[in-house]
Parts: sequence; C-alpha cells; structure tokens
Amino acid sequence: MNLTLKVWRQKNPRAAGGFETYEAKGVTPEMSFLEMLDVVNEELIAGGRDPIAFDSDCREGICGMCSLVINGIPHGGQPGTTTCELHLRHFHDGQTITVEPWRAKAFPVVRDLITNRSAFDRIIQAGGFVSVNTGGTPDGNAIPVPKTTADRAMDAAACIGCGACVAVCKNASAMLFVAAKVSHLNLLPQGKAEKDRRALNMVKQMDHEGFGNCTVTGSCEAVCPKEISLSFIAKMNRDYGVATLKGQ
Amino acid sequence: MSLDSKIPPGPLAQKWDKHRFDLKLVNPANKRKFDIIVVGSGLAGASAAASLAELGYKVRCFCFQDSPRRAHSIAAQGGINAAKNYANDGDSVYRLFYDTIKGGDFRAREANVYRLAQVSSNIIDQCVAQGVPFAREYGGLLTNRSFGGAQVSRTFYARGQTGQQLLLGAYQALSRQIGLGTVEMHPRTEMLDLVVIDGHAKGIVVRDLVSGEISSHAADAVVLATGGYSNVFFLSTNAKGCNVTATWRAWKKGALFANPCYTQIHPTCIPVSGEHQSKLTLMSESLRNDGRVWVPKRKEDCQKPPASIPEADRDYYLERKYPSFGNLAPRDISSRAAKETCDDGRGVGPGGRGVYLDFADAIKRLGESMIRDRYGNLFDIYEKITNENAYKVPMRIYPAVHYSMGGTWVDYNLMSTLPGLFVIGEANFSDHGANRLGASALMQGLADGYFVLPYTIGDYFVSAKQAKPSANHPEFKKAEENIRQFAARLLSVKGRRTATSFHRELGKLLWEKCGMARNEAGLTEALKRIPELREEFWKNVAVTGGNGELNQALEYAGRVADFMEFAELLCLDALHRRESCGGHFREEFQTAEGEAKRDDENFAYVAAWEYQGAGKAPVMRKEPLVYEEAHMSTRSYK
Ligand SMILES: Cc1cc2nc3c(=O)[nH]c(=O)nc-3n(C[C@H](O)[C@H](O)[C@H](O)COP(=O)(O)OP(=O)(O)OC[C@H]3O[C@@H](n4cnc5c(N)ncnc54)[C@H](O)[C@@H]3O)c2cc1C
Ligand code: FES
Repeated sequence: MNLTLKVWRQKNPRAAGGFETYEAKGVTPEMSFLEMLDVVNEELIAGGRDPIAFDSDCREGICGMCSLVINGIPHGGQPGTTTCELHLRHFHDGQTITVEPWRAKAFPVVRDLITNRSAFDRIIQAGGFVSVNTGGTPDGNAIPVPKTTADRAMDAAACIGCGACVAVCKNASAMLFVAAKVSHLNLLPQGKAEKDRRALNMVKQMDHEGFGNCTVTGSCEAVCPKEISLSFIAKMNRDYGVATLKGQ
Repeated sequence: MSLDSKIPPGPLAQKWDKHRFDLKLVNPANKRKFDIIVVGSGLAGASAAASLAELGYKVRCFCFQDSPRRAHSIAAQGGINAAKNYANDGDSVYRLFYDTIKGGDFRAREANVYRLAQVSSNIIDQCVAQGVPFAREYGGLLTNRSFGGAQVSRTFYARGQTGQQLLLGAYQALSRQIGLGTVEMHPRTEMLDLVVIDGHAKGIVVRDLVSGEISSHAADAVVLATGGYSNVFFLSTNAKGCNVTATWRAWKKGALFANPCYTQIHPTCIPVSGEHQSKLTLMSESLRNDGRVWVPKRKEDCQKPPASIPEADRDYYLERKYPSFGNLAPRDISSRAAKETCDDGRGVGPGGRGVYLDFADAIKRLGESMIRDRYGNLFDIYEKITNENAYKVPMRIYPAVHYSMGGTWVDYNLMSTLPGLFVIGEANFSDHGANRLGASALMQGLADGYFVLPYTIGDYFVSAKQAKPSANHPEFKKAEENIRQFAARLLSVKGRRTATSFHRELGKLLWEKCGMARNEAGLTEALKRIPELREEFWKNVAVTGGNGELNQALEYAGRVADFMEFAELLCLDALHRRESCGGHFREEFQTAEGEAKRDDENFAYVAAWEYQGAGKAPVMRKEPLVYEEAHMSTRSYK
C-alpha cells in the first residue's frame, strides 16, 4: 500500500515548525506504524536528508517512549494501543495521515516529533514513591494485601507515563497521570503512611509545571493506551481533599 | 594479566556473610566525599544509584532514554525468582542455587550464584515495601508461578508486567533521591568513553543527545549498568536502543570481556513477518505454564488450519522428548527443539518458521477468564501484532535472540579488571553461565544493585586510597577529542548505505552463522565476512546532519560501528569454544540424540578476552571454574 504523510518538522525548540509531505510507498499492512516511518527515514538518510526525529524504544507498548499524534489523536485512536503497537492494517491504501508531536505547554518540542516530558519525572520526584531505604524491610508476606486491593493498585500502576492523557486534553491536564501514581501507592498499605503528603506534593508539582486544570471531559481515559480509569481521578481528588482538610 | 576472582575462602553457604564482615567500611560521614557515576537506569542501575545515594554517596546517573523509567528492564514480562518457598513445595536457597548452576550448564561461578540465591528473598521484601503490586492470593499473601528449568513454583510476578513494576519501584526510589538532591540525573545522555588514569577508572565522557555537547565527568568510581548486547543480531526482543557501546569502549580501555558467545535464544517469540521487521516481540515463558507446544506430525499437515488436525496427528515434541519438564524445558533446549522441527519441514505459518503454543486444553480446564487473568496482556499484544485471537487459535511462536549471558568480566565484588570500574546487571558476565533461567535476570540485576554493590564498592574506596580525580585531567581532554573525531569521521563518509542496512546484514550473518547452532566452517566464514562488512561500513555509511544537534542517525551509526567490531569477538569466542554448552551449541559436539556435549576436561573456564590495540588479535585469559559444592553432571531434563 502507499500512504501520504504530513509530518511536523521542527529543527529545535526555538525554530518555527511546519508540516512537510512524504510518500511512504510499497508499505504492507503487517508493518507497524513506526516501521513505516523507519522506511521513510531510510530513504531520507540514503538521499542525504535529515530523517524525521521521533522517540521509541521498546516497540511493544510498555516503555512509554513513543508519542505521536496521528490524525489528531494521540497514539492513533486504536483502543488500548500505543503508537508502536499500531499496525498499518488500520489504514487504507492511498490514505493521507498527519503526524504531530504531543502538544502541551509542559511538554516543549525538542525536535520534530520529540518532546520533553521531564515534568512527569519531577512530579514523581515530588512524592511518587514510598520512603523506604534499601534493606531492613519486613518479610514480603508480613504485609497481607487483599487481592482486590492489589489488583486495583496494579490497574493504576500500569501507567506507562507516555503523556497521551496530557496531549489529548484541551486543558493539557496531567490529572490522569498523577492520579494513577497517587492511587497506586495510596491504595496499598505500604503507601498509607505518606498518603496525604504524596497527594499534596504531587499535585503542587503538577500545578507548578504548568499543566492545566481537569474539567473531567474523559478524553484522557479514551486515549490512554493502558486504559487507566477516570475513577482514579476521583480517588485522588478525595485523597487530596482529605489531606488539605487535615493540613488546615 | 591473571584473573583474580576474589572468591572468599570458607564453606559456600558462609562466603557472603564472612566476606561482608571482612569488607572495609566507609564511615557514614565520609561517604559524601565519594562521587560515583552510574551509567544506566534499568533495574541494576536504578537500584544501585538509589541505594548508594541512600548510604550517603554522591551519585550521578546517566541514561540515553528521556527518562530513567524507560530503561529496557521495563519490558520484562514474566517474573522474578526468589527462594522464599512460600509455595511449600521444597524450594530453598540451595535449590535455587543448584537450578541456576545447572541451568547455566556448569559454566557460572559457584560463589556468585550462591550469593544470588541467598539475597533473592531480600529482593522480594524490598520490592513489596516499595509498593510493587505483585500478584496475590485471596488471602492477601503473595502468589507464585513456575518458570522453565525449575520444578518448584518460585516466580513472583505482577500480571505480565513484572519488569515494569520492579523498574518503577527502583525508579521511584531513585526519584526520591533525585528529589532529595543526592542523585544528579542525566537523561538523554550517552556515555561514549571511559577514562582511566593511572590504571583506575576515573570517569566518563558523554554526549548530550539533545545538544550534541561532549563533556567529561570525573568520579571516584564508575558503575556500568548498561544492559546486554543482543541487538548485535539486529533482530532481538530487546528494546531498539540497547547496544554494546559502553562495555565495548570500556573493553578498549582494559576491562576484559567474558564469554561473548553465550547468547540466549528465547523459544517463545512472535515469528518474523517480513523484511521490514524492526524488532521481535517476546511472548513470556510463563505462557508455557499453560500452553502446550506442538507441530503436526506430518509435513503435509503444516499448512492446514490447526483445529483440523486431530490429536493423534500432533507432535507435542517437548512433552515427548523431555517428559519430566515437558513444556517447561529450559530455553536453550526448547529453542533448539523448535529449530529442529522446522528444519525437518514441520514448521507452521509463513515460511514454515513457527510452532504452535496452544491454550485450548488450559482453557477447557480452567476457563477462558482464568487464562485472561493470567496472561491477558500477552494475548492482547499477540493480537495487535498478528491480528489473531489466541483464545481461539493457537499462537505461533519461534525462537529469537533475547539475552546475553556474556559481558564484562567482574570479580566477586562486581569489579572489572580495571580497578574502580564496576559492572552490574546484564552488562556483566557473572551469574548465568552458558544459559540463563527464566526470571533470573531481574533477580540478578536487583541483587547486584540493591544488595551486593553497595557493600563492595566501599571496600574499594578504602583500600584503593586514590586521589580525587579532576575532569580537567589531560586524559579527559584526550577522550573528548577522540569522541569528536569519531563523530566527524562518521559524518564525513557521506556514503549511500544506511547504518540500518549494515546492521541488518550483520545481524543476519550472525543469526545464520552464530545463532542457535554454530559450526567451525560457518564461524570461520563469519570471521572473514565481518571485517569486510566493517570496511564497507566505514567507506559507504550514510549519516546525515551534524554533531552539534539532536541527531538520531549519528547516535545509531556510532552504536552500529561498535557492533561491527564486537561481532568479531563474539564469533571468535564461539569458534574457540569447541564444546556445546547452554546457549552455545556447536554442531560438531553433540550426543547421538542431538543433545549438547560439554567438555569439562578442556572448557570448564570463563574465557575473558583482553584488548591488545586496534587491528591486533585479542588475547584470551582463563578463569578456571572450580565446583566445590555442585557436581558437574550432564544436564538432563528428560
Ligand atoms: C522482552 C523481555 C522480557 C524479559 N522478561 C524477563 C523476565 O520475565 N524475567 C527476567 O528475569 N528477565 C527478563 N528479561 C531480561 C531482563 O529484562 C533484562 O536482562 C534486565 O532487565 C536488564 O537490566 P539491566 O538493568 O541490566 O539493563 P537495562 O534495563 O537494559 O538498562 C540499561 C540502561 O543503561 C542505559 N545505557 C546503556 N548504554 C548507555 C550509554 N552508552 N550511555 C548511557 N546510558 C546507557 C540505558 O539507557 C538503560 O537505562 C526480559 C528481557 C526482555 C527483552
Ligand atoms: S516504544 Fe515503548 S511504548 Fe512505544
């Protein structure tokens, strides 16, 4: 099949960017979207032109590195699918596809389709952990956790930190990301001791990074490749509310 | 150079305790005077960086991804072993030790493996305390599954995302230290050289992958936690970015490289679908707990729909050949068995390079929802890639390169032959011998980072009594200059062939000549072809852009250039080892039934290769493997 790509090119954070058109010829439905971009890049490089810069690493939907807005939808709109897991069988011969980077004030473009998502790391640094040092921890079975609680914590912990939730949100809010981490740890007995501090500090950092407010439109849940539930935002709001009250 | 493994004296079970007591300590107030560089933020690097910072050392950590959370460890699916014996099925430190030594085909260092089994329990405790959401029973206690090469259930897991959850645990511990200011994190930064001054590792030279800036970082010790080299084969289950550059460049500075020919081919991966393939996807070994591997008995049946082939016409070849381990036979054995059936013309799927992994029986026995609960995400991945529903039709799988047992040689303290250079995780050669058992890499990476290195590194500081290094030392300037020239050279070739195309050709060559089965003729041919390919690379590679910018073509070409050199050492090692053991199967050395034939008389040693300068043949040093406890039996899983 043949595809026409309109790709965002931007040399560096300061440069003005714009769309450029490329033809992906003779690609096949079994190929992944990124493999198709590989083919385009191969041709560009062989012809002495700069390849399209984009992030990817695991190419199996778990590292959270890949981050393309495809036809206006972060990760391309297949349910529960990251960009790297998207295959060309979901497109048709002759189709024109636009490819853009995540767009959010807190995720500045580094080059072409690559953005800087270090704001997420700083939110975790503010409180997304359990404060235990290495060594001296009790036996693993000394802390029983009901299966349902462990499962729910795991549902939240499945977040890959890709940032699609931010990219899709009209307010560029990071609530789903933050709520997933707060919920994962606050649900577990191990995380209870720091429950309040965690919610307060992480939300504070989130605001500081310039993410927008959450107006619960639910678009984040819809594009989340790990299908993280909106209900975690409600849980975080509760935890945050309690923590604020206690703080007063 | 003679290799001193520094294995402590005394009975095996007491070595580590005794050694910990004998190691010199750095007093708490003095720890902050020592700078440590940790390259890598996977399980090994993140756990080490966090633990060292908690102890009070000043740590700088580097990784090439945009965040430490994205290291390749994140992709590990199946689980992590520990000798907890929660299942009450006869497990013990000794059994985990013995299974690992045997699984490694008696080519690992006994004392290291025993220590690994000893600390395995602490790892689970540590991770639970961090909030890793391991799978649990309704009663609230931790649950286990079985993995290949073991007859007990000792594998802890978090759905099919164990690596992700363990790495997030370590990443969160690391993030806490970054927040506290005890670790300085450098993401999107690639180490390109190791700097050695007066025989000691004193720092690294790195390239900022965003600005292209080359800079020097001095420290009292350098820790490499840079992962494995499977991507030398181009196609592997590793993340695209995995490479050999850090350990390879350390090799050129004098850190010996051990057993490069020990590479693991994983039996259960999604088969290659075409020329464009950029990487392969693993289907976790845990699937073999419930899936049954088979091919049709007759070649004529291979293209028929699997459901139409009656039981009597199916060959469940693992169950047939290895009745006591069945579908859970170790990786090397299962992979070879798959290759044999396909070579025999009984493979299934496009090109006949595949075998079935069938869940029909398990679904009948346990119900689809139970299977979904156990492996749901793996079935989803499978469907996304192949467009097939494995609840309805059997999966098709084929072996793929997965893990590298070889790596930088380290002693019992995890220090390389260069004082002050420590190597941990998959990057070192240590604990898995010629074949790694499933769920043991996560265990080893975390053992090294949480529980071994933090003890041993202090002893080096106290004993070595080195002066504080400075990044202004001429050795740093020289290394920086070399790196700039290396980049300039790549950019100046202005050839017509991409680095990917060279890498693909190199990978194909290795897969054919130095993959699941190797022989003298093939290896000799590869050793002739690799230098030719390398020469062509330097004459005809196309690298666009400049050095002073984000330039993925340049980054990648540099990694491929190193693979081009490293591949030769890999084949050389494979050629010299005239025996079959674990993942290294030499066709000349097999039993009448086609099983690996080890030669303990002549090859019970670690082969550690020493660099002699550009264009010169490396020299091999031997570390003899002495087994005080385990009996070097013939490995049988029948
Ligand atoms: C698909 C898959 C599934 C697996 N499943 C399991 C499993 O279930 N159980 C199990 O035990 N094992 C499993 N393994 C193996 C295991 O995941 C790895 O062996 C292990 O995670 C390696 O960890 P590491 O910390 O040594 O290295 P990695 O996680 O590979 O980390 C390497 C780090 O080094 C950095 N780095 C590398 N080079 C440089 C450089 N030059 N400059 C700067 N930074 C650099 C990278 O950025 C990264 O942070 C699996 C492997 C794969 C591929
Ligand atoms: S590349 Fe890792 S999630 Fe897509």
